[in-house]
Formats: sequence, C-alpha cells, structure tokens
Amino acid sequence: MTVVEVLFLLLGLVAAGSALLVVTTRTMVHAALWLVVTLGAVAGIFLLLAAEFVAWVQILIYVGAVVVLLLFALMLTKAPTGPQPDLDARRALPAVAVAGLVLAVLGTTVVAGFHGVELDLDGAVVGSAQTTGATIFQQWVLPFEVLSVLLLAALVGAIVLSRGTGRRGGE
Amino acid sequence: MPLWWPLLLSSLLFAIGVYGVLVRRNAVLVLMGVELMLNAVNLNLVAFDAYFRDVLHGGQTFALFVIVIAAAEIGLGLAIVLLVFRTHGQIDVDTMRELADREEPAVAER
Amino acid sequence: MTSSLVSQGDLVLAAEDLSMFGQDPWWLVVIKAVLIFLVLVLLTLFNIWFERRVVARMQHRIGPNVHGPFGLLQSLADGVKLALKEDIIPKAADKAVFLLAPVLSVVPAFLAFAVIPFGPVVDVPFTDDMTTPLQLTDMPVAVLFVLAVASIGIYGIVLGGWSSGSTYSLLGGLRSSAQMISYEVAMGLALVAVFLYAGSMSTSAIVDAQERIWFGLILIPSFVIYVIAMVGETNRAPFDLPEAEGELVGGFHTEYSSLKFALFFLAEYVNMTTVSALATTLFLGGWRAPWPLSAVNDGMFNEGYWPVLWFLSKILLFIFFFIWLRGTLPRLRYDQFMAFGWKRLIPVSLAWIVAVATIRSLSLDGGFDRTYLLGALGVVAVLFLVLFFLGGEEEEEQAEAEERPFDAFAGGYPVPPMPHQVAQARSQSPTVASSTASEGSA
Repeated sequence: MTVVEVLFLLLGLVAAGSALLVVTTRTMVHAALWLVVTLGAVAGIFLLLAAEFVAWVQILIYVGAVVVLLLFALMLTKAPTGPQPDLDARRALPAVAVAGLVLAVLGTTVVAGFHGVELDLDGAVVGSAQTTGATIFQQWVLPFEVLSVLLLAALVGAIVLSRGTGRRGGE
Repeated sequence: MPLWWPLLLSSLLFAIGVYGVLVRRNAVLVLMGVELMLNAVNLNLVAFDAYFRDVLHGGQTFALFVIVIAAAEIGLGLAIVLLVFRTHGQIDVDTMRELADREEPAVAER
Repeated sequence: MTSSLVSQGDLVLAAEDLSMFGQDPWWLVVIKAVLIFLVLVLLTLFNIWFERRVVARMQHRIGPNVHGPFGLLQSLADGVKLALKEDIIPKAADKAVFLLAPVLSVVPAFLAFAVIPFGPVVDVPFTDDMTTPLQLTDMPVAVLFVLAVASIGIYGIVLGGWSSGSTYSLLGGLRSSAQMISYEVAMGLALVAVFLYAGSMSTSAIVDAQERIWFGLILIPSFVIYVIAMVGETNRAPFDLPEAEGELVGGFHTEYSSLKFALFFLAEYVNMTTVSALATTLFLGGWRAPWPLSAVNDGMFNEGYWPVLWFLSKILLFIFFFIWLRGTLPRLRYDQFMAFGWKRLIPVSLAWIVAVATIRSLSLDGGFDRTYLLGALGVVAVLFLVLFFLGGEEEEEQAEAEERPFDAFAGGYPVPPMPHQVAQARSQSPTVASSTASEGSA
C-alpha cells in the first residue's frame, strides 16, 4: 500500500463514518457539524485525486458558506441544545431498505465494472486555478454562462421568497 | 489505487444521503442529505477525471458546476424553509400536507 | 522567478515558480512553524497593549503603564489573570460544542499564516550555503486557502453562540455569521482584481508581481473595499455588532469565561494580524521596502532579513488603523451595516472587476500603453467614489419615502419596528391583526 492509498482509506472511513452520523444524530446542530467533517474529508480526497482547485473551492463554498447557511437556518428555526427524539420518521425500515438497495445496485455496478482497473496518480496534472480556468472559459463556456443565469434566478427567487409576503401584507 | 475505491465510497455516501432524505423529518436535515448525495456525485466526477487523465478536465469542471448548483439550491431551499417556518411555525416535512389529496384515508391517520 | 509585469504582451502570465517550496529539511519547517506561532502570539500581546495605549492617548488618558517598561507586560498579566479565573460551563450548554468552539476560532487564524511570505529567499544562519524562502509554504491557490481557512473561523463564533444556550449568545452568533458571510463576498471580490493583475493566486508570485508598483496604488478601489471588508470580517469597531455590549451583553462569548474566553480574545487579535498581513501581501507589496528606501544601494533593503522589518511595520500600520477606527467611529446599526455590505460594497466591486478585466485584457492585447491604462483606471476610480457617495444619499431619501405605519403584531407575535417604520397605534386586538395578516399572505 502506498501513502496515497493509506490516506485515501483513512479519509474514506472518516467521510463515511461522519456521513452516517449526519443522518443518525439526534441533535440537529451536530448533524451540521458532522456534515462539515464529511465535506472536509471529501475535500481531502479531492486533494489526493489531483484536484487541488476543486478541493479548496469545496472548503470555501461548502464548508464556508453552505453549511454556515444551514446552521443559520437551524438557529432561525429554533434548534434547541440537546438531543431531540422526533427527528426521524417512524418509517425508518423502508428507508434503510431503499438506501441499502441503492448501495447494492451502485456498489456492485462500480465494483463489477471497474474491477482490476488501476487509478494511476503519478504525474497527473494537478487541477490548479490555471488549468481549470482555461478549460472553463474555453471548452465549457456555454454551461458556465447557463450556470450564471441559474445563479441569478436562484438569487432573485430567494429574495422574492423571503420578502414576498411581508410586502404584500403591508401594501 | 484501484479505481473502484473512490467509486464505492461515492456509492456509499450517496446511499447514506438517500437514507437521510427519506428518514429525516426536519426540512433542513433533508437538505443535508441532498448535500451528501451531491458530494457523492462530485467524488465520482473527480475520480473519473483522474482516471481518464482528461485534458479538458471535464470531471473537475463539472464538479465545480455541481458545487455552484448546490450553493444555488441551498439558498433557495433555505428561503423556502424559512418561509414555511414563518407560516407554519415548524418545518416538519411530514406535516406539510396542504396540497395532499383529501380523500385518501392515509392522510387522515396522520 | 518570473515577474508578471514583464510579460505584458503575453496572455499566459507568470507561470508561478513554486519549486523553491517543499525543499526544506523537516527541522527547518518545524523552526519556521514555531517562529510563526511565536511571532503571532507576541504580536497579539503587543497589539493588546498597543490598542490600550493608543486608545488611551486618543481619549486623553495614559493607559497601562505600571507593569514592565511602558506597561508592556500588562497583557501578560491580564492573560495570567484570565487563566486563573473560574471556568464556567452553563447548564444549558452543549458541552462538546461549547469546548470545540474556541478552538475552532483560534486554529484557522493561525493556519492562514502558513502561506504569508515574510521575506524573500534568504541564507539560513549557521549552515554552509542553505537557502530558504521566509514563508512556511506556498501553493498555486494560496489566497484561496487563506479565504477557505478564514471561513472555517466563522464556525467558532456561530457554534460558540449556539452552544452556550443563551439568547444573547445566539443572537450574537447569528449576527456574526450573517456579517462574516456578507463581508467575505465583498472581500473575495476585492481580491479578484489582484488575481487579474498578478496572474496568480500564489502569495509569493503576487508579491513578485508588485516589484514595479504596489497593487494598492493601481487598484485603489479594490484596496478600499478590502480594507472595509477586513474590518467587517474581524468583527472590529465600527463593525463589532456580534459583541455590541449595549445590545447583546458580550455577544457570542457572553457565557465564556477563563481560558476559553482567552482563546476567543486571542483569535480576534490573531485574525486582525492575519487580515493585515494579507492586505500587506496583496496590496502593499508584501515584504518590499517602501519606495525611497527600495532604491537605496541597489535594493539593499529588499534582500536578506531586512524585508521582515518592512513586513512587520506594514502590519503594525494596519493594526494602528484598526485601533484608530475603534477610537474614532461609533458602532453602525445592524441594518445600515448589512445594507452597506450588500447594496454598496458588492455592486461597486462587481462593476470594478468588470472594468479591471476590460482594461487588463485591452492592455494585454497591446492596444493601450500604461499611461492610458492608469488614466482609465483613475477615471473609473473617480466614478466609483462618486457612485459611492451619491448612492448613499439616494438610498436615504428612498427609505424616508417608504415610511408607512407599521403593525407590530402582523406576524402574530410582537416585533419591534424597523428604523424607518413608525409603530401603529393599536386599534385592533392582536389576534384580529394576525388573522388578517395571514389571510393576506395565503
């Protein structure tokens, strides 16, 4: 086993374990914290897989903004300190079955499909800002523009949603 | 490193995300499950990018796009959640049934 | 090392040469890390004393002057006092998170310094011919790393506020998370112009790109926006809303005491140093000597260990600026603060980025020479300032025009009126008011 493999296994274990805690913990804010750990571990895996820029963007956007927004929402909706009994639906068993089925189908597919295929990371081009930027603005410029429109739409939508009723009620 | 390692991890994260979305009742926690699934997809994209040695870096680029979409999704999702909280006083997804078909007996039980 | 300003006609800029990093033996890395830590802790002790002395001078007082020469040991005494105080954990607190929060706010503040260059490549003393850059490490996306790490620092405050189980703390935490996210956007946008001009996100390459002229001079609007945003990021006066004493007691650290409070305190001061160091690196030429000195004796002051002096004095300049602000300006109101961030800083920086990108691409294509460039930049900067002030007045008028009676019970529970609203005389009972409001929204 190489260093990269050992690191990958460790980070993978951390990611999977904390992901399990995200969906099982009884305290809402703890779920957000475990999500941070998962996202951080996945970012570490991105670093191992020669995607440096994606890794830091993951930390910056996901950990720095998305989960903070989630925490924000949890606090605005009055998340108490201490565990809560009624976070999960009573139909846990079907959910386990569906998730297990998803894992079985996806897992067997990827293992059967790519068994024995080696991922060679020696001398891989590290995805720096320069390489990523060049490809985004040359090859992927159309999806990029479409995405910016999507972001604008989401922005406008969020503003309309969060101030809509108050305005109409007042006028 | 065998290619199926990251792929299997990604499937695992995806399955955990599916479980989270199905089992959680708090809308914010449901959104967290969705985030897990999106991250699983990102892991897949980056792993295949590394495997194919893609000169266009398609995998990494699309992983970035997915991150952007996740940010947009969370912004809108939380706006909706807060609106629901303002009108209903709670954000339990199981009780948001105003649009449900009233004749169904299953609704009445809950 | 390639300088980006040399390759003017070339679209492929400064392929940053980071080969000099990662060559150090392990003991040198350890020494550098320990030195950075020491410098930061000592700077914090010094800054606390400095702040108290300067603010005292501004208020015609003397300030701490008993312990040690000029009272320099005052902060050390304060630290010991804090450490000896009783450590209280509230009953309603979430213990694990309560303990985690101060650590989460301190560690990122230190981590960001790993990529800040203190100086150029120097000879290592007591060795034969070993050279090393005065920087722990560098990476192609170093500034992104600083931003990413700084965003983790928000967690300390948010979680500290939530886990205390106190309303004051929670409100402080909420305010700070909203504030830091908002101002991080403006901060990131201010940095984009620097990336455009340096052609790199690596800190050492950015310092090299400022060999001829500091970015703070040609990118004045970015510099101004960054400085405003950095005060917002560090929760310092006049933007210290998360810990507004008059409104929130102590803000997010109301329930913290003893060493855990000391950690929050340390984090605040180290964060001040970190954002100052980043500002120095990105806008004030990093470790380069200021202009008249840099010409002395063939740039003698830009070699060896001299640059550390310039770097630290530039940081102290920013620290003094922070203290000056605190001694002069009153705290902003929360809504004014958020409106300023979202409605002024962000649109202005967006427009400025478009302008910089246009000018940059024109000059790279060889259409304009540098005088044209600077002239155009100046025009945009003036426009920016005009927009800055005119925009403010317009907004105020609009806010006054929108004034209308405010129903405190519209949402079903009483809320205080917003600043431009006037509380309505309660002609209806609260229940009636809330039912009509919900009908209106349905």
